[in-house]
Amino acid sequence: MKPVFEYTKGMTRASAHYCPGCTHGIAHRIIMEVLDEMGMLGKAIGVAPIGCSVMAHQYMNVDMCEAAHGRAPAVASGIRRVHPDKIVFTYQGDGDLASIGTAEIVHAAVRGEKITTFFINNGIYGMTGGQMAPTTLIGQKSTTSQDGRSKEANGMPLKMSEMLSTIDGAVYIERVALDSPAHVRAAKKAVRKAFEIQQKGLGFTLIEFLSTCPTNWGMTPVKALEWVREKVMPYYPLGVMREPKEDEKE
Amino acid sequence: MITDKVLMKGNEAFAEAAIRGGARLYFGYPITPQSEVPEYMSRELPKVGGAFVQAESELGAINMAYGAGAAGGTVFISSSSPGIALMQEGMSFLCSAEVPLLALNVSRGGPGIGGIQPGQADYYQVTRGGGNGDYRIPVFAPSNIQEAVDLLYEGTELAQKWQNPIMILADGMIAQMMEPVRLPEYKKVLTPDEIAAHRDWACTGFDDRGGAENRRVVKSLRMQPEKLEEHVEYLFEKYARAEKELCRYETENLEGAGVVFVAFGTTARITREAIEILAAQGIKAGLIRPISLWPFPNKAFDEIDYKTTKAVISAELSMGQMITDVQIALNGRLPAFLAHRTGGMVPTSPEVAARAKAVLEGLK
Amino acid sequence: MSTYKMFFAGSGGQGVLMMGQIVTYAAMLEGKEATFLPSYGPEMRGGTANCTVVVSDKPVSCPIIYEADIAVAMNLPSMDKFEPMLKKGGKLFYNKSLIERDQNRDDIDAYAIDIAGRAAALGNDKVANMVMLGEVVRNTGVVSIESVFHVFEKVFTGRKAALIPLNKQAFLGE
Repeated sequence: MKPVFEYTKGMTRASAHYCPGCTHGIAHRIIMEVLDEMGMLGKAIGVAPIGCSVMAHQYMNVDMCEAAHGRAPAVASGIRRVHPDKIVFTYQGDGDLASIGTAEIVHAAVRGEKITTFFINNGIYGMTGGQMAPTTLIGQKSTTSQDGRSKEANGMPLKMSEMLSTIDGAVYIERVALDSPAHVRAAKKAVRKAFEIQQKGLGFTLIEFLSTCPTNWGMTPVKALEWVREKVMPYYPLGVMREPKEDEKE
Repeated sequence: MITDKVLMKGNEAFAEAAIRGGARLYFGYPITPQSEVPEYMSRELPKVGGAFVQAESELGAINMAYGAGAAGGTVFISSSSPGIALMQEGMSFLCSAEVPLLALNVSRGGPGIGGIQPGQADYYQVTRGGGNGDYRIPVFAPSNIQEAVDLLYEGTELAQKWQNPIMILADGMIAQMMEPVRLPEYKKVLTPDEIAAHRDWACTGFDDRGGAENRRVVKSLRMQPEKLEEHVEYLFEKYARAEKELCRYETENLEGAGVVFVAFGTTARITREAIEILAAQGIKAGLIRPISLWPFPNKAFDEIDYKTTKAVISAELSMGQMITDVQIALNGRLPAFLAHRTGGMVPTSPEVAARAKAVLEGLK
Repeated sequence: MSTYKMFFAGSGGQGVLMMGQIVTYAAMLEGKEATFLPSYGPEMRGGTANCTVVVSDKPVSCPIIYEADIAVAMNLPSMDKFEPMLKKGGKLFYNKSLIERDQNRDDIDAYAIDIAGRAAALGNDKVANMVMLGEVVRNTGVVSIESVFHVFEKVFTGRKAALIPLNKQAFLGE
């Protein structure tokens, strides 16, 4: 009899520490499902960040290396030099990638590193307790912007994918969301496309996931998903920012 | 006359020694007075199938080194004082995660951006860490290019043996000068399959080990204090063995000496000449030259002739950093004094000799 | 004498470091111990260049010197700086083509060399430093002429090999 549901081989049986309603679990799962479907779990090396996903190496069932805060793209670049035939990826939040790690992510893209970065954008520092992130929206409250983020004090929220897509070495950049089954399916397709482009050796690839943080946003999980659709997507539109030209794909 | 030596600039000899020692991965960022090292590596590494990356910063470089080391590569990095300061975050991670690395610090005057002339004011930075947490890095300080070449050549193996960074502390003087040097033979380099087979902690993808049950995680995170304490105690058992096995020094002229210098690197060379000047004036002076700065050669101080020696002088290119370790090693047996210049200034041998004379006069 | 301590000094482009390197290299070929220590950093870009060379029968304890047996000055600031650092009885070689004054000390031997004029006579002003080096080597014996010529063969390779006869000529003062 064909089973209707199975554990993903790409995930360990460890219980995740993520809060109820957090979309990290979905992102983890679709990335590892794709590696499994590609038959690449045993040829993958992941780099975990500092932030809520600091323990991703306990859940993602592949060889994993932890990185200091923001340095995952540099660590992945080093791994890539030793293993040019493996799949190398980083998994980073918005504090890690868009704040302390801007130099590392920009220059990994500039060098056209053959790695894939998964960028979890939930607009807040989750693990440290809800402080403002570079991606926090104008007016959004956090423990370090208690009256809401203001442009005057903090500048505008940083659009990393748009910024990185101006870099020649970044060959595929897409922003996806995890708020609905349709968007999750689209996100999974994007993940697969990114890994395939990496395998072809075309250059740097990045998928940005618009994610939720019900705990630090102070919302129910359902309300948080609605907020992504109503507030987050208008500022961070979904879509492909950059992809290889047709003649480069094959 | 035929010689098997070549005349090389310090920095280029250092780079060549690392390549001959098996290093095939180099990540660096330009900084005086060591920029000839990345230049040499960018030219020579591709010829032997290695990889050179000019990183976006020293932070980028140390973390690339960490990733490449965690993936099983044989990695060499170099920088100079302020750049090494930026790398300290990574050093702390490498030590906890037990990732091997051969690192070279061509030190210059500080603090801050300081200057570019030779300095030894990185003594605390390299022997005490600079990164967070309980960890140790073995540090070796060569006093000529040949010794630096030999230490770097051996350093690739030491890093793998101890699964820890190994630091070579040179200074702008030895890096910029030229001396005849004998280069060692090329060591055998591991293939990717051999890395997967022999470096049994490296991330290479679990297919190399038959399945996910043998997956590897390189990390320093331990959220439970019991687990973290256990891990740090394990590391310190390793460091205790390293303290015994890696302690290296030379002594000269200690028997019957009235005064004993302690000096490393370039300063040891100046001090040797000061000892000759003092001898001509009827003062017998000896030298303890630490080669390993951590572990500091405490046992060398048992060889001092305590019947004749009246004072110990720590000769340094700093305001007095090694003197702390000298005092610990002396353990109150003799007074310790300082002969120093700093900021990139280098004392002449007559200055050092005069300081010793003044110290002895003062004790009368 | 078993140890020679030397300063070579001038402005950037005068071939000062090359002179020092050739002496060091030649000493190594003779099986002697030798060190070459250049000044480095922005001062090099600023136009002054100098290097310290020590040649000895025994291991060189210190590559830094505070007094010299031989000083080579290719311009006036170099002569002003290094003439006082010569030992009594030391030898000063200076570039008569650029330096208008004579030596200040009477306890040293001074050699005033018109290197620009002699290089021009050979038809190539780039060999002025070899004219100077020849005077230094022939008048001090720090290394042998044969060793220097051996170095020429190691240094001038490929297309540069054609320059060896000219450099030898400049060196020998012919």
